[in-house]
Amino acid sequence: MLVSIPEAGLLAVLGYGIVFSGLAVLMVVVMLLGKCFTMKKAKKSAAEPAIAPVAAPVQAEIPAAPGSAGALKMHDVPPKTAAMLMAIVADKMGKPLNELRFISIKEVK
Amino acid sequence: MINIGEILLDLWNSSGFATIFSGFLSQNGWQSLVMLVISFVLLYLAIVKKFEPLLLVGIAFGCLLTNLPGAGLYHQELWDAFMDSSSPVYHSYGEILRHGGLLDIFYIGVKTGLYPCLIFLGVGAMTDFGPLLSNPKSLLLGAAAQFGVFAAFFLAVATGFFDLNEAASIGIIGGADGPTAIFLTSNLAPHLLGAIAVAAYSYMALIPLIQPPIMRLMTTPKQRQIKMVQTRTVSKTEKIIFPILVAVFVSLLLPSTAALIGCLMLGNLLKETGVTDRLSDTVQNNLMNIVTILLSTAVGATMVGSTFLTAQTLLIVVLGVFSFALSTAGGLLGGLVMCWLSKGKINPLIGSAGVSAVPMAARVANVEGQKANPSNFLLMHAMGPNVAGVIGSAIAAGFLLSVCSSLG
Repeated sequence: MLVSIPEAGLLAVLGYGIVFSGLAVLMVVVMLLGKCFTMKKAKKSAAEPAIAPVAAPVQAEIPAAPGSAGALKMHDVPPKTAAMLMAIVADKMGKPLNELRFISIKEVK
Repeated sequence: MINIGEILLDLWNSSGFATIFSGFLSQNGWQSLVMLVISFVLLYLAIVKKFEPLLLVGIAFGCLLTNLPGAGLYHQELWDAFMDSSSPVYHSYGEILRHGGLLDIFYIGVKTGLYPCLIFLGVGAMTDFGPLLSNPKSLLLGAAAQFGVFAAFFLAVATGFFDLNEAASIGIIGGADGPTAIFLTSNLAPHLLGAIAVAAYSYMALIPLIQPPIMRLMTTPKQRQIKMVQTRTVSKTEKIIFPILVAVFVSLLLPSTAALIGCLMLGNLLKETGVTDRLSDTVQNNLMNIVTILLSTAVGATMVGSTFLTAQTLLIVVLGVFSFALSTAGGLLGGLVMCWLSKGKINPLIGSAGVSAVPMAARVANVEGQKANPSNFLLMHAMGPNVAGVIGSAIAAGFLLSVCSSLG
């Protein structure tokens, strides 16, 4: 079917509008869903009885290696992956690894 | 007595060489020859230049096989009769199965919309909607980047060379989503399938060349340097609810896109539930690979000289690049608006990732951000608009399919 240029323009605007409004409604729904979960999480953590912090077993201080920038905290990241990530970051930044200080590496879930 | 000369003559006459040389002009032998050269060029681009090789090798080889005279692997005339409502074999798959060649049978999966949907199943299982859920505003960038789809649709109609269905199929190239483009084109303008698929996949491979100049043109170095803060952690339950929610909402909004969105979200649900790891693994790997072979070869098979070597193909190539560029510009414009509204907290570069083409477009946004500021890591922030673009292009395809079906 052939359509005139103004009709094609109208259809294009309508289509763009529908894609925008469809995704905007989806955005609102996702935002509400996120709010619900954040509130639920906050309520749950508030309702949990305060537990006295258990003293962590004292560990002997391990002296840092000479030239080291201190200890690196790793959260759910194996040492091999952490080493690889640090090497990638250093490479991308174009700086030697020993001039950078990594404080912690955490896997974003 | 056996006449060896006659046997040899018969063999020569039945060969593809005879069709090419003796029927060079009368039986479109020259078109077969040109198409074979095109298939070699595509093979070169896929193998040497690594332009989307997983798809382009199959497309190029399908093109090569279909244009071998006398091989009878694909019959354009059977599909013309299949589409002709006055034909006694209108919409008869039985006729195709009875008289078709191997590539005709492969093509049934494209015609029925099966392959694009199965590909979407795999894409869904490989997609992490976490960045989108942690920053839902990304959905607006995915919408903004569909600008090229509708702009190219309008331009295609304005040229006067394309009807409504053809213009819609050309426009969807800007969605930068191969399965969606194939799904829509096989429904609306199957004769343009080869040209549109090749244009769509070639431009997707060229994203690192097409997008950066537009990104630099539309943003200032200061804007490109903006570092974005880490967004919130998304719970597993949210990730499970999201695909169910999107499948229901989008399918109710545009039922014509239910097949695509349904498969995308089913694939994602298989990944996120954590109880269907085997199925998730299958759709991501084995099924995806099998369907990719069938889909690419079948799409290549439609590149028959008589329908491919036309002025329309050249126009599709030109309009396709416009579509891509305008989609990038639309996404960047959305990013600039968000940057302004957030008082400089959002890097506008992530808008360009809204064109779909997962994850290439997000990677390009990340690279451009790092060029401006080497310590800038935009990848996860750009993944939000990137996956939103997949949903956006499926909605755009659903709209175009719905409109063309009702007006056509």
